[in-house]
Amino acid sequence: MALKRKNTSAGTTHLTALRKTPTGIKGLDALTLGGLPAGRPTLLCGAAGCGKTLFAMTFLINGVNEFGEPGVLMSFEERARDLETNVASLGYDVADLVERKQLVIDHVYIERAEIEESGEYDLEGLFVRLGHAIDSIGAKRVVLDTIEALFSGLDDSAILRAELRRLFAWLKDKGVTAIITGERGDGQLTRYGIEEYVSDCVILLDNRVEEQVTTRRLRVVKYRGSSHGTNEYPFLIDEHGISVLPITSAELGHSVSQEAVPTGVPGLDAMLGIGGFFRGSSVLVSGLAGTGKSTFAGEFVNAACARGERCLFFAFEESPDQIVRNMQSVGMNLRQYIDNGLLDFQSARPSLYGFEMHLARMNRDIEQFNPQIIVVDPISAFRGPSFEIHSTLVRLADICKSKGITALFTSLSSAGEQMTESERSVSSLMDTWISLKDMEANGERNRVLYLLKSRGMNHSKQLREYQLTDNGIHMVDAYIGPDGVMTGTARIAQEAREREAALSRKQATERRRRELARKRSAVERQIAELRASLETEESEVETLIQQEEARELTIGSERSEMATIRGVRP
Amino acid sequence: MSDMKNNGQMPGNPTDESVEVNAGEFSLRLYVAGQTPKSLAAIANLKKLCETHLADRYTIEVIDLLVTPQLAAGDQIVALPTLVRQLPEPLKRVIGDLSNTERVLVGLDIRSKTASTP
Repeated sequence: MALKRKNTSAGTTHLTALRKTPTGIKGLDALTLGGLPAGRPTLLCGAAGCGKTLFAMTFLINGVNEFGEPGVLMSFEERARDLETNVASLGYDVADLVERKQLVIDHVYIERAEIEESGEYDLEGLFVRLGHAIDSIGAKRVVLDTIEALFSGLDDSAILRAELRRLFAWLKDKGVTAIITGERGDGQLTRYGIEEYVSDCVILLDNRVEEQVTTRRLRVVKYRGSSHGTNEYPFLIDEHGISVLPITSAELGHSVSQEAVPTGVPGLDAMLGIGGFFRGSSVLVSGLAGTGKSTFAGEFVNAACARGERCLFFAFEESPDQIVRNMQSVGMNLRQYIDNGLLDFQSARPSLYGFEMHLARMNRDIEQFNPQIIVVDPISAFRGPSFEIHSTLVRLADICKSKGITALFTSLSSAGEQMTESERSVSSLMDTWISLKDMEANGERNRVLYLLKSRGMNHSKQLREYQLTDNGIHMVDAYIGPDGVMTGTARIAQEAREREAALSRKQATERRRRELARKRSAVERQIAELRASLETEESEVETLIQQEEARELTIGSERSEMATIRGVRP
Repeated sequence: MSDMKNNGQMPGNPTDESVEVNAGEFSLRLYVAGQTPKSLAAIANLKKLCETHLADRYTIEVIDLLVTPQLAAGDQIVALPTLVRQLPEPLKRVIGDLSNTERVLVGLDIRSKTASTP
């Protein structure tokens, strides 16, 4: 509003964008599109224990350390020394900043019992103190924490309200970016309703306990003159300071890769049409207890590290040492990759925070480690309403996709055919879904897997048996019998049967071949005999013919002889 | 203090001046910011009151915070004008233009609360 007025009075028609002061709290700057309104007061409210003071302190300290803007903290509740101790746990050295004249901490102490009111007064003293503090170091940032303490120290609330209104206007005139903290009241944002004086930007912090798990959340209630994220965002306070889970792009605009990432299991690569998962895709490995979900994850990570890629492993059920030891038993040496910095484990009990807090933490770890591959083992460890699980996992999958990270999630299925809550809620997010199953038959349990889906590639539709061997996961050809897929000893028996059948088939062929040979020789013999008899006959006939001819000749000669003898002259 | 309020003691009421509990030297400091009507009223009211009740056993120091703003934090000044009783111990404060004499006398322990009640 002030902006508009200024423009009109200056007679210009072009609009200048609202200047913003970055807080240095990454997610918050993202969701406010740049930070708090510069040169204006912002109200930060929330119930006790929400982290208002830490938030405000972080704003000041980041201002000094990252943006070179000195700050003033006027504390109405905590003494300077207590404040120093409190933020020391976040790794901030406040005493040093005070020493370097970058920060002034002024503790305003009002003890009602010591004060008697007589006649009219104003809060000019506060203005003088604040003005002096600001001017002494050229402060650009001011925090008033928690100014409503004045209401419990002084009686005349009419004067207080008028003076607070004047104070906020004065802060604007001073051009400092201020954070005013306020305790959450019944039915209104602050106990004494000071939100009506601070109308530029209001941020609400919340600390909710659901099913014994606490989640801190932040919401920008209003931000005059700027668009902003309107949802509630989880935030985290730990030894690395404050981080807000940033909003990821609402649109699905991330670019995709055609590159295949090998799964680490050769047989599984072959089942996937492109020889692995797409880079940047989300993969779900679901299965019952003991089907080797973590081992699949281990193989994936092991192969990736061997290629020199960076992997981040979020473990929610086992400690890093335990995982390393277990993977050792199937022939993977993950320790070497931890040592050379390619692999990092982040372990936490699921119940440590709400899963949104986990997500915030995971996001921060991803930012810091910058991995190509992440593993979340397992997502079924998260408990909560399914829509919340869904929304947070969507965000995690989005974060990974936007960064081109291939994410492998494992999920523990419940017995039976029903999908678990977490599976159902994430199934549509996953690009590839590998389902691990147990097959019980002939008094034994065998493991099979199949690809439930794999987007964007032609993949095997077969059930395949696999074994967890000393050398990792080994895929075995599955036998389809009359009762379905045969595994384990049934498969071995089947194999034996098939060998036997093959042998007997071979023997039968041999037999036929021999018989044929025998037949052939018999026929040939007959032919030979016939030919022999024919030849005999032929020679006999020949002889007869010769004899006949000879006789003819003889008869002829005899006749002429006789004629001669008889005296017949030719 | 609360007794006082409930009884609705009016300023300027005739009071029993014989009951004065503090008999030592009074060291008073009055913080103001510039020559505002409230400041001037406070200074005038204080002088009159001291002459009446603490003749010859008081010292008044008037501090203008517009001149010496760095002094505000030391005495925890928030409201103005503020009258601070440095001596005798313990520290006492009265805020406002000191127009309500009764409140000032009670605030400075010049008169005990119970004794002032008629």
